[in-house]
Amino acid sequence: MMDYLLIQVLNGVQLGLLMFLLAAGLTLTFGIMDLVNLAHGSLYMMGAYFAWTLIGWTHSFALGALLALPACFLLGVVVEVVVARRLYARDHLDQVLATFGLILFFNELVRAIWGPEGRSISVPAFLNHTVTLLPGVIYPAYRFALIVVGSVVAILLAWLVARTRLGMLIRAGASNRRMIAALGVNIELLFSLVFGLGAVFAGLAGLMAAPIASVKIGMGDDILIVAFVIIVIGGIGSIKGAFVAAMVVGQIDIVGRAFLPDFLKTFMGAASASAAAPAISQVLIYVVMAAVLVWRPTGLFGQRT
Amino acid sequence: MAELLPALRTPRGVVTALLLLLLAVLPLLTQAFDQRYLLSVGTRIVIWSIAAASLNMILGYGGLVSFGHAAFLGIGGYAVGILSAEGFASGWLQWPVAIAVAVAWGTLIGALSLRTRGVYFIMITLAFAQLVYYLSSGLAAYGGDDGLNISRSRFPGLIDLRDKASFYWLCFVLLCATLWFCSRLVHSRFGYVLRGAKSNELRMTALGFPVFRYRLVAFALAGGFGALAGILLANDGAYVSPAMMSWVKSGDLIVIVVLGGIGALFGPLYGAIAFFAVEEFLPPLLNLMHRGWGEYWQIVFGPLLVIIALYARGGLDSLLGRRHG
Amino acid sequence: MPVAGSIRCWVAAMAEPLLQAEALVKRFGGLVATDNVAIDVQPGEIHALIGPNGAGKTTLVSQLTGNLRPDSGTIRFAGRDVTRLPTHARVRLGLARSFQITSVLREFTALDNAALAVQAHDGHSFRFLADIRRDQRLRDLARRNLETVGLGPRAGVLASALSHGEQRQLEIAMALAVAPKLLLLDEPMAGMGIEESQRLVELLRGLKQRCGMLLIEHDMDAVFALADRITVLVYGRAIASGAPDEIRGNAEVRQAYLGEEAS
Repeated sequence: MMDYLLIQVLNGVQLGLLMFLLAAGLTLTFGIMDLVNLAHGSLYMMGAYFAWTLIGWTHSFALGALLALPACFLLGVVVEVVVARRLYARDHLDQVLATFGLILFFNELVRAIWGPEGRSISVPAFLNHTVTLLPGVIYPAYRFALIVVGSVVAILLAWLVARTRLGMLIRAGASNRRMIAALGVNIELLFSLVFGLGAVFAGLAGLMAAPIASVKIGMGDDILIVAFVIIVIGGIGSIKGAFVAAMVVGQIDIVGRAFLPDFLKTFMGAASASAAAPAISQVLIYVVMAAVLVWRPTGLFGQRT
Repeated sequence: MAELLPALRTPRGVVTALLLLLLAVLPLLTQAFDQRYLLSVGTRIVIWSIAAASLNMILGYGGLVSFGHAAFLGIGGYAVGILSAEGFASGWLQWPVAIAVAVAWGTLIGALSLRTRGVYFIMITLAFAQLVYYLSSGLAAYGGDDGLNISRSRFPGLIDLRDKASFYWLCFVLLCATLWFCSRLVHSRFGYVLRGAKSNELRMTALGFPVFRYRLVAFALAGGFGALAGILLANDGAYVSPAMMSWVKSGDLIVIVVLGGIGALFGPLYGAIAFFAVEEFLPPLLNLMHRGWGEYWQIVFGPLLVIIALYARGGLDSLLGRRHG
Repeated sequence: MPVAGSIRCWVAAMAEPLLQAEALVKRFGGLVATDNVAIDVQPGEIHALIGPNGAGKTTLVSQLTGNLRPDSGTIRFAGRDVTRLPTHARVRLGLARSFQITSVLREFTALDNAALAVQAHDGHSFRFLADIRRDQRLRDLARRNLETVGLGPRAGVLASALSHGEQRQLEIAMALAVAPKLLLLDEPMAGMGIEESQRLVELLRGLKQRCGMLLIEHDMDAVFALADRITVLVYGRAIASGAPDEIRGNAEVRQAYLGEEAS
């Protein structure tokens, strides 16, 4: 039982780290540019599709995945220059409308290029085995690799924000736009960079999730909302908040999937229990968010206004 | 009535009057020209106009960007669906219950959401809508993800909702009633408080208005009208499913309101007509340019929304000249 | 007994200042923005609050109106402890405010602005159907307030189209709708020309019979023309308080404030 519990906790950590990658870019664009970017989930999807194509060309998961990242960066910069930067000074309604339009565009674009049916990326051979973490605790190597990569990126991001000049500018935030400009920083370039960076994280999350989920149109849309929930719980603009909230949401989701069905079976039929459990675990996430916002209307680590 | 006559002399008045006239006689036209499909499009336009008008009450007049309005449609639809599945077929029971549930839900989540501002408000309304969405897909007894076939609400001796034309006219009358209510609301004491709070919340508070309470009532009210649209949608297709309250539908509703003109009385109607016109006519138009392109019409529609957000905030209503009052 | 009670009430009301704040403290992180300040306003009195920029005037006023909660201290208004009352409840008691940054409702006409102010104190506004534009009583009261501040002819103009001075006048017309016992005026002269300022001084002097005022103002001519008493705030502390002549002669004030102005 303890082994099972540990494995489920690891699954939660792994999911949480994936969500953190997606949420990090979102909270950066939110916090720095004051942009509600619904199309962030499209970048997640594009990361997966880019990787699918590039892995097909190179016949190597590692190479394909590595090449997909600069592609995501470029795409992010293009989106920033063509659309996003015109939205920074607009109100949230404009941003919602425009980035909603971008979602429709990207979903349809993918359908036109890659076709309507889903694609799949298989787990690379060098990770297609299990690792023994503790005596009796056997874990799929690919999922373990996800945890490692996710942790490395999270640490890298924490270092970037806490220790570098770029991080200082990021922490200065949207409210100090003028101050940033006064420091002699090219603010347009900074914003493009940050947006591109967010796109890389989103794309990385998408391509890493691909072998365990699948590559399909709209794959980023529902997960995006969970990412939004995460940054709202964590407090908009806070990387630390996004990390904490992502971990919490990851655990809730896994608990819902792994333990709720058995729990529900104690007072309802097996079939309806396994149908209701995923729905209830999703619902739980939103209940947690509502509770946090009632308690702290700007999230756990958000700036009080 | 005295006010209506001068209004008819403006371009907006003329266009609106012609549109309403056309909608009023639509079943006769579609029957005369044997275009049944157009009647079903017309029905959807009318129902979505009601839904958009209900969103316009809070988004347009109140300035509250609610990104979860489709949940109210879903609640209205599911209340009818569940009651019908349980053997309560009377519309006289179904409809009031559906609206009451939506108003109660609107009051509850409004009380929680309205404590937040800006992006947080957008996200919390979205999240509550997702909550309802997942709840409905978890209702294994009522179809879960696949949705639920229902029998239409019964109003014995009054109206048979299975008759397409009767159902259309009922929807049309309810749309007129909704728009009439909105037209009164804008210039009522309540409407002034709501609009004042949109213009300058701090000032309204300083004047002594407990802004929160007024917004909460507006939110619940909008939920009730949203449920009405949901009831009609459920009866239109004799079917409810979680898809009717996916967040994309909430996005569509915002698109319709903005497209028509935020805060404009007839904006939701213009917006719904334009929205469905694009959906129906853009694909064949693209096919004319190149066979097969029509299938991918959203590649054009998406950027169109970006352009509207960036350059055409007044929506279609602003094409009809300046608004006053 | 009821008679005696009401007389005692009446006596108490006469003896007690309209507004009385005591030992107010407000900190923002390490900064003490309001440092143990006491201030009061008597009925029918204009009490001016002056001080250099950043002295904490606006912070102090925000606590009086209820937009900010003090860390400690008490605020009494019209015989009640209002320290914990929200803004709108204080307004109901007769504590009205005009804003430093002009904040009329720009999308509404002058008359609509004034009418909304009247509406705010005319029962609840959960009325959904009746047309406000036909509500003669509301409109007449609003129009009268506009006329009091000299905006009668501009009633139908959008607030955003009014001149800066006219928006200030509108602000005051809105504050009047409360039938306020006390008016908090946050830099009413800011950004006004000499002529406009003089007109406003006359207007405020005329209103003095109706209500007490706490006037925050940088324009010293206006302050000395209007104030019965002046309190000087520097770095969150009230360094002096007294009649205009006393303040003019106070060495500490001259050094801390008036001297700075002169340089």
